[in-house]
Amino acid sequence: MTIISRGFTGRRRVDDEKLPPGQYVTTDFPVLSAGPTPRVPLAKWEFTVGDGNNELKRWDWKSFRELPTETFTVDIHCVTRWSKFGTTWEGVSLDTLFADVKTDASYALVHSYGGYTTNLPLNDLLNKQAWIAFKFEGEDLAPEHGGPARLLVPHLYLWKSAKWVHGITLMKQDSPGFWERLGYHNYGDPWREQRFWSD
Amino acid sequence: MWHVGKIIALHDETATARTIILEVPDWPGHIAGQHVDVRLTAADGYSAARSYSIASAPNVDGRIELTIERLPDGEVSPYLTQELTVGDPLELRGPLGGWFVWRANQTEAIQLIAGGSGIVPLMAMIRSRASAGNRAPFRLVYSVREPAAVFYRDELKALSSQDSADSVTYAYTRAAPEDWPRPPGRIDAALIESAAWPSNLGPTCYVCGPTPFVETAARLLIASGHSPDKIRTERFGPTGDRK
Repeated sequence: MTIISRGFTGRRRVDDEKLPPGQYVTTDFPVLSAGPTPRVPLAKWEFTVGDGNNELKRWDWKSFRELPTETFTVDIHCVTRWSKFGTTWEGVSLDTLFADVKTDASYALVHSYGGYTTNLPLNDLLNKQAWIAFKFEGEDLAPEHGGPARLLVPHLYLWKSAKWVHGITLMKQDSPGFWERLGYHNYGDPWREQRFWSD
Repeated sequence: MWHVGKIIALHDETATARTIILEVPDWPGHIAGQHVDVRLTAADGYSAARSYSIASAPNVDGRIELTIERLPDGEVSPYLTQELTVGDPLELRGPLGGWFVWRANQTEAIQLIAGGSGIVPLMAMIRSRASAGNRAPFRLVYSVREPAAVFYRDELKALSSQDSADSVTYAYTRAAPEDWPRPPGRIDAALIESAAWPSNLGPTCYVCGPTPFVETAARLLIASGHSPDKIRTERFGPTGDRK
């Protein structure tokens, strides 16, 4: 049952086909974070891939930045209902980071400086769908947007794109992350409007 | 699942903010700090939804209050603050959010820091504490542009005068009342030092406001010794540093 809001007309856009259901377009860049912004000096920054028992890969900032990078332009969608079109980032593809990682895991738990975590199927991180991004619109990524580096998985709601990313733990069994334990959907596909547990 | 609430009362908090009180027959109850999504639908089916914090304490009578700040170029807030009248139905979804919440069984000291309309979820916590008869020591630092921009002024005054464990410190950014001891300006280390609980008390801190305000407040709390894992934040609006 939909209730018509008497006298409401709203705004229309010509490019609404790029907009997932229940979202609106913003040209700003709002911030959603559960706590203070961690400050991570590049000299101490590390990114690791492990399987819960063993560390499989480790990069410091220098070795990470020696990896081949990609510049890509994507639309991003936050569960708080804003979408931002045509954002340009530079980062390292997860395909590059996982090129010689051998695993039979199906899931990943991404963890961040500051303690944030988020989970997603490993397949959603591979095949040109995800990056560790360190530049936004040509500039170093600001700390409040996840700098020095954040995960970017633009085909899922943005809480999956963990800011201040620190590492990835590969898992055979799925395990919910921070927001996923607090009521947000386990997968978070904006086109199916998977916002909350009940969606 | 969307609930259909009915507007039973509304009143202005300031020249740009209005409180709407809804009766929601199948409301499941909420925790202070949670929000709802509100959806408006035009006659041709076009709809727009936004999130708003709940201002009222948890209660059993199926009533909730929202206080909405009107954004000059907003799509939904001008309708909610100017068009909506008593008796209108309103679709909402919730309660939502499980992190930026204060439960009435929490007993530790609580530091609340609000910037502008960021007071709304914190007011729900203050009201929740009062209605539960909870004795947890609360302090609120409330930063506003000018005296006329304060929400809930009389209620905050009444609550802090009946209960010495419940103190409110105002910080004005543009214009202060006459004889106000602190010149108008952004919150700073001296204000946090004098008005907030000391870090050795180990308070849980809830900070809500525009993104740059929350970034500043959280940074000041950490600089004065508060542990980052005791600071919960809720931000709204752009970062202000780039478009």
